[in-house]
Amino acid sequence: MSKALLYDATLCIGCKLCEQACAERNQLPYDDKIAAQTVQSAHKFTVVLTHGDKFMRRLCMNCEDPTCVSVCPVGAFRKTATGPVVYEEDRCIGCRYCMLACPFNVPKYEWNKVLPRVRKCDMCADRVAAGRPTACTEICPTGANKFGERADLLQVAEQRLREHPEQYVNHIFGVSEVGGTAVLLLSSVPFADFGYRTDLMHEPLPLLTYRVLSRIPDLVALGGILLGGIWWITHRREQVAAAEAAESHETSGKK
Amino acid sequence: MRISMPRLTLWKIVFGVVMVAALYATAVRFTRGLGASTHLSDQFPWGLWIGFDVLCGVMLAAGGFTLTAAVHIFNMERFKPIIRPALLTAFLGYLLVVMALLFDLGRSYRIWHPLVMWNPRSVMFEVAWCVMLYTVVLGLEFAPVVFERLRMGRPLRILHGISIPLVIAGVILSTLHQSSLGSLYLIVPEKLHPLWYSPLLPVFFFLSAIAIGLAMTIFESSMSAKYFRKQLELPLLQDLGRILVVVLAAYSVLRLQDLYHRDALRLAFRPGYESSLFLLEVVAGLLLPIALLLIPRVRKSPTGLYVTAVLVVLGFITNRLNVSITGMEASAGVRYLPKWTELAVTAGIVAAGFAIFGLAAKYLPIFPEKEAARHSEEAAETEHSHVAS
Repeated sequence: MSKALLYDATLCIGCKLCEQACAERNQLPYDDKIAAQTVQSAHKFTVVLTHGDKFMRRLCMNCEDPTCVSVCPVGAFRKTATGPVVYEEDRCIGCRYCMLACPFNVPKYEWNKVLPRVRKCDMCADRVAAGRPTACTEICPTGANKFGERADLLQVAEQRLREHPEQYVNHIFGVSEVGGTAVLLLSSVPFADFGYRTDLMHEPLPLLTYRVLSRIPDLVALGGILLGGIWWITHRREQVAAAEAAESHETSGKK
Repeated sequence: MRISMPRLTLWKIVFGVVMVAALYATAVRFTRGLGASTHLSDQFPWGLWIGFDVLCGVMLAAGGFTLTAAVHIFNMERFKPIIRPALLTAFLGYLLVVMALLFDLGRSYRIWHPLVMWNPRSVMFEVAWCVMLYTVVLGLEFAPVVFERLRMGRPLRILHGISIPLVIAGVILSTLHQSSLGSLYLIVPEKLHPLWYSPLLPVFFFLSAIAIGLAMTIFESSMSAKYFRKQLELPLLQDLGRILVVVLAAYSVLRLQDLYHRDALRLAFRPGYESSLFLLEVVAGLLLPIALLLIPRVRKSPTGLYVTAVLVVLGFITNRLNVSITGMEASAGVRYLPKWTELAVTAGIVAAGFAIFGLAAKYLPIFPEKEAARHSEEAAETEHSHVAS
């Protein structure tokens, strides 16, 4: 039901055709200069990193319970039923909390525009919705990028780890990181070598804030009652004191 | 009045220079975008405007809810004379925070979007609503001052009738808002340095807001006494100092316990960038003021109270900047220093705050005991105009 993308670094030859296909699909410029850039940016949503003869891709992980969806105050991000995490630029106010919060530092900003947008890979949401694979998986000549059902791809990845344990680091990155991601990675060298954080939580990050936010209605009700009650008591004391003073004044007046 | 003229002119020159710089920076910001006007980047998306203007701005406005709660809820009537300057600071503070947000938001003209586009799972959504609602509440809490000046009885009576529900709403909104600024960082456990990341961040932000509410009131009253030549409410400030030391001590204990239990305390003594700024915050801005306030001679002297309050304010400003900037640099892999345009806008906003406070104090009944004097002046003035006409 939910689609995903499996990137197997051991099959990658670093041809960067995925980068080019991504640029075309997103109507972004692509030339030798951009191909040489190794960081994601508002004009480059995916990069192929090279260390000697080893490769690794970076792109939006399209998390199962995405941090960006949870933190956006105006709901500009949405996790679609088919898997992609999409951004609606008409809602965005430009607070950039998504950029601060994303555990993979994926959302990028158009810093040099007067009316900037957040930009990121959206796992070719329109293509996926139409039943087609992402641009990067379609063009991949070696099968390093594979598109399919997340459950199926997980089985494929597990099978590869089982059959060729000597070729891989024994971990599917994205299987449970921050609650699981729609992009799954296999590699022969540690993921940390390519800048992937290995200290990520294995439950969704939105839980951290939701635990606090979900208490707000209770807190408001309790706070209102408590403060109102304290006011009532402190002012009742004052009234009583005033009444007593008036009474004693009266009695002393009568005498 | 004549004696203070030279100092006034100097301040006017400083104010003018700051405002010209701020206006130029504003032009750069809105014609050329955030890239040209800030040192922000994809690696470091939040800088001075969030760290100082928003986080510190809201924090420094905490005197409003602290004092209204003390006077109206806990019935500590003796603090009534200093409630209006505190409310003015809070209201001004929130208006300036909204102003700063207009600079920081990439699409400021959509600042109203959270009103109609909801995401209750977002802390930023909570922040947005708290800013909006509490600014309205502060406006209503402060409005009687203006109506009094304009001698409008009817709205005054209406506002008086709803004053207690307003105060309660204000205290609840402040509690939510102050703590939610800490909650913003709950979602970056692997990015924020362990000296500052804690599941208790919302509690720390709230407790420190109360401390700041007290410290700012002492600071304001001392400044006002100096510049508006009014009498200092020394016994009141001494009481505030006593409450302040208790709040600071509770905060410190909680903070140190938390660091100890998370095994992060040892990081404070590992020489480096983060630990230096942490020690600056904790030693100069927390432990030193506590020590000072525990000395009766300091607690009882106007200068002692003033210096301690300034230390506390600077200490918690350092704390907010540490959470938002220092603590985020290592994981971002970059050092962030604000660009001159960022500093100019921030300085302009602070200067505007001081100027508006000064004007409001001059033309509105902020300091009650000054009222009598002003009324007689006014009476004299009307007499003059009668004579003239």
